Amino acid sequence: MTEKQQEREFTPKIVGFLCNWCTYAAADLAGSTKLEISPTLTVIRVMCSSRVDHNLLLTTFFEGADGILIAGCHPGDCHYGKGNYYARRRYAVLKKVMEGLGLEPERLQLSWVSASEGNRYADVVNAFSEKIKALGPNPINGRPDF
Amino acid sequence: MSSINLDMSAPDGIIALLKYLLSSGKVSAVLVPRRNPDTGAYDIGLIADEAGLDSAAPVDPVMLANTGQILSSLTPAKRSLAVVLKPCELRAFVERVKREQGSLENVLTISYTCGGVFPLEKVIEESFADVIPNYLKRVASGEIVDGTRDTCRACEHFVPMNADVTISIAADAGSIAGCRIYLNTDRARELVGGLEGKQSDDEIDPAVTLKLAAKRKVEKEKLFNSLAPTGDGLDGVIEVFGKCVGCHGCGRVCPICYCLLCDFESRSFDYDLPYFEKELSGKGALRLPPDTIFFHLGRMTHMSFSCVGCGLCSDVCPVGIPVASMFKKVGEHTAALFDYVAGRDVEEKLPVMVYKEEEFSELG
Ligand code: SF4
Ligand code: SF4
Ligand code: SF4
Ligand code: FES
Repeated sequence: MTEKQQEREFTPKIVGFLCNWCTYAAADLAGSTKLEISPTLTVIRVMCSSRVDHNLLLTTFFEGADGILIAGCHPGDCHYGKGNYYARRRYAVLKKVMEGLGLEPERLQLSWVSASEGNRYADVVNAFSEKIKALGPNPINGRPDF
Repeated sequence: MSSINLDMSAPDGIIALLKYLLSSGKVSAVLVPRRNPDTGAYDIGLIADEAGLDSAAPVDPVMLANTGQILSSLTPAKRSLAVVLKPCELRAFVERVKREQGSLENVLTISYTCGGVFPLEKVIEESFADVIPNYLKRVASGEIVDGTRDTCRACEHFVPMNADVTISIAADAGSIAGCRIYLNTDRARELVGGLEGKQSDDEIDPAVTLKLAAKRKVEKEKLFNSLAPTGDGLDGVIEVFGKCVGCHGCGRVCPICYCLLCDFESRSFDYDLPYFEKELSGKGALRLPPDTIFFHLGRMTHMSFSCVGCGLCSDVCPVGIPVASMFKKVGEHTAALFDYVAGRDVEEKLPVMVYKEEEFSELG
């Protein structure tokens, strides 16, 4: 198989941590309105974007996920008031650590998608999926020394 | 009056100050590094009797534990306690206070412009005592001292940020012959003001300390650049941290790693056979002990913005990983996100405990 073909064959594995109160509902909506959504996303429902702590994200990354999406309520709309503001700060730290070590921070994405934004959900997932496809597989997968 | 000048060397001056504090009953105990004159062994002494101060070695270039970490278990102090600690130890303590792992109440902090400390493997050499006179001379003339810890040579925060009392040693040519004691706070003026000596309005001359800070900054760039070719990308991370034996010593001695039960030592990272079987079927081969690199990434995300670059973690690492340099480097990036400086101000909130509504709009 040529490299080109391999690229075409690559179907990324993306893990999405979706907030129960907004993005998870948006995913439902997108599904029920039969929007075209990339099948690359494995959804994990969380009660708030702030539930997603650093070690959870690092575990996901080290277990070989090619991309990680964290999606929650728009700033100001968090069901618990301010969870997403804290989530955003923690996310900024993780991104920066990965950037500082040259560890492809592009494999992480944070997005705000409300319950009524089925279309936006489909756009976010599809665009992120394309981005990860272009990046190629998570290099950790081939490293038994990691 | 903002300073008291004593006619003796800086270390002797600090001891005189501590004796005054104990004999006058202004404090009930002092915490200060000591050197056993017979064995040359260092420790940190908690001393209530004046006589115990004879072996005090307040500014010897040694850090065997971070005093900021030790202070946690001694505070909140019921009765006044005076503590001699290095600027990074003080910053670490301030970071711990923010995490409710210590209190500044009833603590008189005494710190000094710091010339850096030597790695412990040097400290245990028999000839270490010979190093000290020359060290003090170099430090007084504002030089970076060869052989001190990597992160000390690269440390720009060697002027204490918020000590009650500051003694100038580094970049103070007078400090070999004289001891200048600067009283920075009301608490200092109240407790130390009665110490006999020549009183003056002297301030530490920033021109002199800035010169040393500039040299340290150059050294820091060099240090960070020396990490770059290897410390970058997955290969680099594996190269730097791949030697890790997973002892967690670096986290244990870190004054910022305050969690009573580290996640990495909890059941969440205690794997069973089915886990390994699953992993093995995916990868074909596994690196054990597991999660050695994960540990470092985890620690970096949890605490790097609070890293004070004390260098203890590198010092205890049995396989020579430049842990402190890596954490200091990454920590500068993460702290800069929030314009944060670890230990600068006890009122400054930890960056992950606060937020602004309008920020990081590019992230989400
Ligand atoms: S890191 Fe800075 S303050 Fe701490 S011991 Fe080294 S030179 Fe002194
Ligand atoms: S990470 Fe290392 S250098 Fe930084 S505060 Fe902890 S022990 Fe000191
Ligand atoms: S001290 Fe060294 S070997 Fe031990 S966990 Fe830290 S980096 Fe790994
Ligand atoms: S409840 Fe949706 S982000 Fe907090």
